[in-house]
Amino acid sequence: MIRSDILRELAPTIKDTLTVMNIGLPSQEMHLIDDQPSNFYMLGTMGLASSIGLGLALAQKEKVLVVDGDGSVLTNMGTLPTIANNVSDNYVLLIIDNGSYGSTGDQPTYAGKLTKLEKVAEACGCENVVVCKAEDTVQTVKDALAGDKMTIIVAKCESGNIKVPVITMDPVVIRDRFMNTVAERNA
Amino acid sequence: MSVSDRIVEDFVKNKIEFVTTVPCKQLGGVIDAVEAEESIYHIPSNKEDEGMGLCAGAFMGGKRSAIIMQNTAIGVTINTLVTLTQFYRMPLPMLISYRGELKEPVACQAEMAVHTKALLAQLNIPTYHFHKQGDETELDAILKYTFMCNKPVAILTDATFWGGY
Repeated sequence: MIRSDILRELAPTIKDTLTVMNIGLPSQEMHLIDDQPSNFYMLGTMGLASSIGLGLALAQKEKVLVVDGDGSVLTNMGTLPTIANNVSDNYVLLIIDNGSYGSTGDQPTYAGKLTKLEKVAEACGCENVVVCKAEDTVQTVKDALAGDKMTIIVAKCESGNIKVPVITMDPVVIRDRFMNTVAERNA
Repeated sequence: MSVSDRIVEDFVKNKIEFVTTVPCKQLGGVIDAVEAEESIYHIPSNKEDEGMGLCAGAFMGGKRSAIIMQNTAIGVTINTLVTLTQFYRMPLPMLISYRGELKEPVACQAEMAVHTKALLAQLNIPTYHFHKQGDETELDAILKYTFMCNKPVAILTDATFWGGY
């Protein structure tokens, strides 16, 4: 399975969940598969999906899912200690670990070599770190969202991409409809 | 009341409830005051761009946020300011220690100081400079302006300002 296979399987499960999508192909794929106002698409700013999601989780009560990647977490490695030390039990970080920078042509990441992000997360103090195979991702995310414990999931999959169009929606529209959804859910 | 307490009082008055900080010697007092303020969630970040991500999320979650950082971080955060904060039109007060100005003991700090205002101007970031005791009386208006226009706004605070207290 590649990332887009996971997203396709995951879409029905998370369609009502406040979801922060990582920059590049993950956002574009989810936008193509199942665009929802509860999705926040990152159009730029490599690495910050997990931080945006954490800020969101800490600021309001609804569950927040971040769909991140190994390359993105490596870019913003400082995020893991911040997450660990600011526990927000409505926060689920799904790191789809395909061992490559998919959006830029599948150049290998260090996570695909010797670096184990799950061990980094644990060493940073994250208490609930789950590693799963690609085919178990949906159930693992379901369990995490059903629970009341901050969870970091590292889902291992193959590298590879499908052809998807870029997102042409204006960023202010993405932000506005997302904030309206957040406000409705917290009303 | 100390100047740090007055700054945090203006934060509270403007309903800022989420503040991220990356430390600087000049900002120690105001960071302590943020930590001590019960109505503010203080979340130290490891790097300023990470902090801006946290602030973006908190803002979308309905909480006004702010970042406290050193001017050297302008060099770290240009991409984030442009592609996240500005592109999505989010308000972000940035209380910045303006290192490398008069009374600076560390030569390297002057290297970034000479670029600070030019970079902020290039980014079209409204910039205010607290240089003398009493300049902080504008903070309340600056914060109101920030949340009115949905932009990142820089408040540079130099050693002469902090030294006045």
